[in-house]
Amino acid sequence: MNLHAVQAIYHFEMARWFRTLGQSLFSPVLSTSLYFIVFGAAIGGQMGVIEGVSYGAFIVPGLVMLSILTESVSNASFGIYMPKWSGAIYEILSAPVSPFEVVLGFVGAATTKSIVIGAVILMTARLFVPYEIQNPILMAAFLVLTAFTFCLFGFVLGVWADNWEKLSIAPLLIITPLTFLGGAFYSIGMLPEFWRTVALFNPVVYLINGFRWSFYGTADVPVWVSLTMITGFLALCLSLVWWIFRTGYRLKA
Amino acid sequence: MSVILSIEGVSKTYATGVQALQPTDLSINRGEIFALLGPNGAGKTSLIGLVCGTVRLEAGRIIADGADTVRQYRRARAKIGLVPQEVSTDSFETVWATMRFSRGLFGLSRNDAHLEKVLKSLSLWEKREAKIQTLSGGMKRRLMIAKALSHEPSILFLDEPSAGVDVELRRDMWAMVRGLRDSGVTIILTTHYIEEAEELADRIGVINKGRLILVEEKTTLMKRLGGRKLKLHLAQPLASIDPRLADFNLTLEQDGRRLVYAFDSVAEDTGVSRLLRSLEAVGVDYKDLHTEQSSLEDIFVSLVSQIP
Ligand SMILES: Nc1ncnc2c1ncn2[C@@H]1O[C@H](COP(=O)(O)OP(=O)(O)OP(=O)(O)O)[C@@H](O)[C@H]1O
Ligand SMILES: [Mg+2]
Repeated sequence: MNLHAVQAIYHFEMARWFRTLGQSLFSPVLSTSLYFIVFGAAIGGQMGVIEGVSYGAFIVPGLVMLSILTESVSNASFGIYMPKWSGAIYEILSAPVSPFEVVLGFVGAATTKSIVIGAVILMTARLFVPYEIQNPILMAAFLVLTAFTFCLFGFVLGVWADNWEKLSIAPLLIITPLTFLGGAFYSIGMLPEFWRTVALFNPVVYLINGFRWSFYGTADVPVWVSLTMITGFLALCLSLVWWIFRTGYRLKA
Repeated sequence: MSVILSIEGVSKTYATGVQALQPTDLSINRGEIFALLGPNGAGKTSLIGLVCGTVRLEAGRIIADGADTVRQYRRARAKIGLVPQEVSTDSFETVWATMRFSRGLFGLSRNDAHLEKVLKSLSLWEKREAKIQTLSGGMKRRLMIAKALSHEPSILFLDEPSAGVDVELRRDMWAMVRGLRDSGVTIILTTHYIEEAEELADRIGVINKGRLILVEEKTTLMKRLGGRKLKLHLAQPLASIDPRLADFNLTLEQDGRRLVYAFDSVAEDTGVSRLLRSLEAVGVDYKDLHTEQSSLEDIFVSLVSQIP
């Protein structure tokens, strides 16, 4: 195990983040605040209580997930796309590092960033609503597992992308709609029968609901289904990464 | 002399169908400077990429300092430093940070003294706190070399080290390469320029269209490639060459306005000064003169025609 290399990559990625730390943290904080003003204060008053939780508190887990998913995918994809684009990837390809170590460095750093952002959003939300977390351990586990999985997904995306458009298209076209439609701002129990069935095909529904369960003990789907789904997606991303390195796909000529 | 790098039956066809390298065998000796000479698209960078791991090795076997570059890639790659043809680094980092990154990436623990020594030897020490984007092109190129030396490799690949480097800097670069060789590093460099190969190399390999046409000691090769031409721009055009100059291998060009003398530059007696004295004696006056080495293209033509 080349721990020095893992550390070097991790350190490099974190340094890149720290250079723009204010910016990196400001935008999720700002958007969370805006969501609270619009959904919590303006609309929330009309919404009343969902499953025994005030609307403002109800949207907290969804908001955190929304940011975690988008930040994970964009951070991790950017991290590996950048050296690919600049050509600096040559150094990693020619170094005595295994694929596992490369992924650990890049995805580890991206996951750290996502977790920090998640924590910052939770703290921001606290300024708006006095929510509580019933099962903090499970909450943390969900947070870490989701961040890690979507950072892996972002890594795959960054390897696959061969231009800047492709890099930005997945978060925009897949992650954001799936999260909005995944019950970040409502319970899917509120949907008409047909759309409720459709929603069950949206994997993000399971993430948000599992996460929400850890806060309030209520969810639209059983928590073990949520855990299974996230583990399944993690396994899928892991096999994609394994395949990428085995074939040198879009990394080596 | 022991072999430090052995390339056996290595070939490469890219996904696009381009065969960049035909099956190639090559052995590099420990401590030598080996120059790989060839025109654009010959396959130089591909060959380097196959050794270093930036290009997938599909056919053949490469042993670097006793380690198979695929099966024992950790051991092999730890010995190899690569300076790519293109300058490519993260431009927002500082020189010092990128040096530490390179060393760590190659699995070594922090050693500031070594990095300092490398940066100083490449006149980059004053720039250690500077962001890479603020460096000049030549400095960036030297930084690429510094990065490759950060993990104390025993084999160093320099892919066209003098591209885009001014004449003075090129001299410095050559001196640095020799210094590295003297410190025990084996160096493999690519170049388009015969002069560069001649200046630096112990042995030269010529590659063209994916084929390694020949590998030879520089001195032997220079004898073969030593053909040189002295071109004299005459004051008055000549209709024919004076018979008193028949001893010299002379031709007239440009309607008799240019006299060309072909000679062997490595010969003991090139005949140049004798010719100039004889010209004076027979009263041939000239305005200007220069010598030319046969171009790389000429050499390829002659080499390809010599080898079946
Ligand atoms: N990644 C790639 N995919 C497809 N073809 C490639 C790739 N890299 C190089 N080639 C092709 O392989 C051949 C050899 O290229 P290579 O870069 O090895 O040449 P070179 O000798 O380094 O040339 P130069 O002096 O211009 O650097 C060329 O025909 C080139 O177009
Ligand atoms: Mg090249």
